[in-house]
Amino acid sequence: FLHLASSIWKWGPRDIRGLSRTVAPEGSQRKGRALLQFLADHFYDVEALREYLFRKQVLKVHQKNRSFTHIKEQYGPYIAGAYFVLKQGGAVKFQGQEWMQSNGRGRFSLDFFKFQAVPVEAVDASGCAINYQGLDNLLALKELQSLSLQRCPHVDDWCLSRLHQLAGSLQELSLAGCPQVSERGLACLHHLQKLRRLDISDLPAVSNPGLTRILVEEMLPNCEVLGADWAQGLKLGPEEQS
Amino acid sequence: MKCVAFSPQLHPTDWDGKVSDIKKKIQSVLPGGAWNPLYDTSHLPPEHSDVVIVGGGVLGLSVAYWLKRLEKRRGAIQVLVVDRDYTYSQASTVLSVGGIRQQFSLPENIQLSLFSVDFLRNINEYLAVVDDPPLDLQFNPLGYLLLASEKGAAIMENNVKVQRQEGAKVCLMSPEQLRNKFPWINTEGVALASYGLENEGWFDPWCLLQGLRRKVQSMGVRFCHGEVTRFISSSDRMETASGEEVTLKRIHEVHVKMDRSLEYQPVECAIVINAAGAWSGQIAELAGIGKGPPGTLQGTKLPVEPRKRYVYLWHCPQGPGLETPFVTDTSGTYFRREGLGNNYLGGCSPTEEEEPDPGNLEVDHDFFQDKVWPHLAQRVPAFESLKVRSAWAGYYDYNTFDQNGVVGPHPLVVNMYFATGFSGHGLQQAPAVGRAVAEMVLEGHFQTINLNPFLFSRFYLGEKVEERNII
Repeated sequence: FLHLASSIWKWGPRDIRGLSRTVAPEGSQRKGRALLQFLADHFYDVEALREYLFRKQVLKVHQKNRSFTHIKEQYGPYIAGAYFVLKQGGAVKFQGQEWMQSNGRGRFSLDFFKFQAVPVEAVDASGCAINYQGLDNLLALKELQSLSLQRCPHVDDWCLSRLHQLAGSLQELSLAGCPQVSERGLACLHHLQKLRRLDISDLPAVSNPGLTRILVEEMLPNCEVLGADWAQGLKLGPEEQS
Repeated sequence: MKCVAFSPQLHPTDWDGKVSDIKKKIQSVLPGGAWNPLYDTSHLPPEHSDVVIVGGGVLGLSVAYWLKRLEKRRGAIQVLVVDRDYTYSQASTVLSVGGIRQQFSLPENIQLSLFSVDFLRNINEYLAVVDDPPLDLQFNPLGYLLLASEKGAAIMENNVKVQRQEGAKVCLMSPEQLRNKFPWINTEGVALASYGLENEGWFDPWCLLQGLRRKVQSMGVRFCHGEVTRFISSSDRMETASGEEVTLKRIHEVHVKMDRSLEYQPVECAIVINAAGAWSGQIAELAGIGKGPPGTLQGTKLPVEPRKRYVYLWHCPQGPGLETPFVTDTSGTYFRREGLGNNYLGGCSPTEEEEPDPGNLEVDHDFFQDKVWPHLAQRVPAFESLKVRSAWAGYYDYNTFDQNGVVGPHPLVVNMYFATGFSGHGLQQAPAVGRAVAEMVLEGHFQTINLNPFLFSRFYLGEKVEERNII
């Protein structure tokens, strides 16, 4: 029983997508996955345990994205937003200051608390577990000019539909490598009329990257769109095919 | 096998007939005969079920989901969902255009829609099943754009105020702002427009249906492919406080007939939920609702009937781009973008006189030529050259009284609950309505969203709750 429990614990706290059958596991992982599926199909206890572990993962993400109302009330939205980003492991740049980031262990100095009236200019939240709720903290930064959400696993089309609140200031946006962003979310970026640089490379959920890039360029005429080469989707002509 | 009792009044010639009957029965019991007591009943529904939900579309499945989710102990309630078509070929859910908006005028509708959008956003937390892939609803968060003429501008402003109070993110646009934002619109005749900025758009209803089905099966709900043909109920005569006599009915058995056969199974049940969509009126008649002198509570029918609506898919190479919202014109015509290839979906609700016959789901292409295209071309000049690719028709579960849903128990047939009659916005309110009906069944009153204005009694009392539509 302990061996069983330990094998379940090993596979438990992994990414939500790891629980799905579509993710192709390799080798011994596949045998372990098949064993877990067999057990969940035949024993209610195992199913309940796995559901419990899944719920715990979800709650962990929610906990990371809670809003810091106390800090917001006391120090203002800029400090609260900066604190949120630093806590998640991202980097923040105040106007006229250098980039600030937490070190490898998640520690960071709190001297930015004196910059209460200084707006935040740029946020680099690459790889952070920001989701729809957590975006509240970023949307309060009304003078944000550059936002990087590269490789964020929980940023999806719903999150993009909220970015219209930053339309007054946002000039640079990077969504490269976000697994849940599709062309439907990119379509809501038409509100961001001040956008000058948009990076949409390497988006696996976009069905037709080349066509999407053309349509996004038409939608945002003043913006430079990077990534998603439009020649990608074209088939080779008869003379080019060897 | 029946036993024949000896009766002194039997005529001598009758006795001969009875003897040959007995002989036939004995022959059928012997091996090789027709009597087969142990036969396969796996296709039949169970003999008892606490709740029977008539109709397996999005509303029925939503009620099943919330009943199982809000039950106090795991496995406390046995739910059976009965649907006569497992291919959903005529179900309104899958033939729907899939839009969701908060731009209503009634606060209850706005709250229902807000909760439903919350549900859809977190669908992979609500409907997660161990070992199954996460759902991709294909949600397009592009918002609804409602256009109003001079006459409707005041109503629209009022509506937007109510929507903002409830928490919807809507903004008003003047004709110049419209032209700046969407240069392909011709703003002639438009005085004001309301544009939903967040939480509005369209999604894939089939995915929601499959997700609900899968989750609900994993929670232990039984499905049955059959048709409800009869309700057996028992009545009780009671006196109200003012001394009038009232007959209260309680359904205690539902007869479910199997497809293409005369076989039926009587299912003993405690509660029946009518989520039959366009055919809810027929189910209500089976239960005896509306059988009485007109003008009385017994004589008030459920005013839900099927109405046919057409949806057309066309291609327009110079049409509006990626940012096109779901546009609803002043004339009632609507359209939205579909996919990335310059394809658009749209249609129009016909007036009362032009209502097509709901007997079948055949499409009338002349309706597009005469009634839809002129308005489309007038509003979006690029649509003057378009080519219709395909079209289909679906039913609205149209509430002829006030075009809003019916939720909650019937005052006389005390254990029949309704979740129907939403007249075209059932899909977008389904998760919230499911929760409301489950709360009503389990607790006896609405807890989260107060849907008391949508109870059945308003048909008898004559209190219409109408949407103030913008012309």
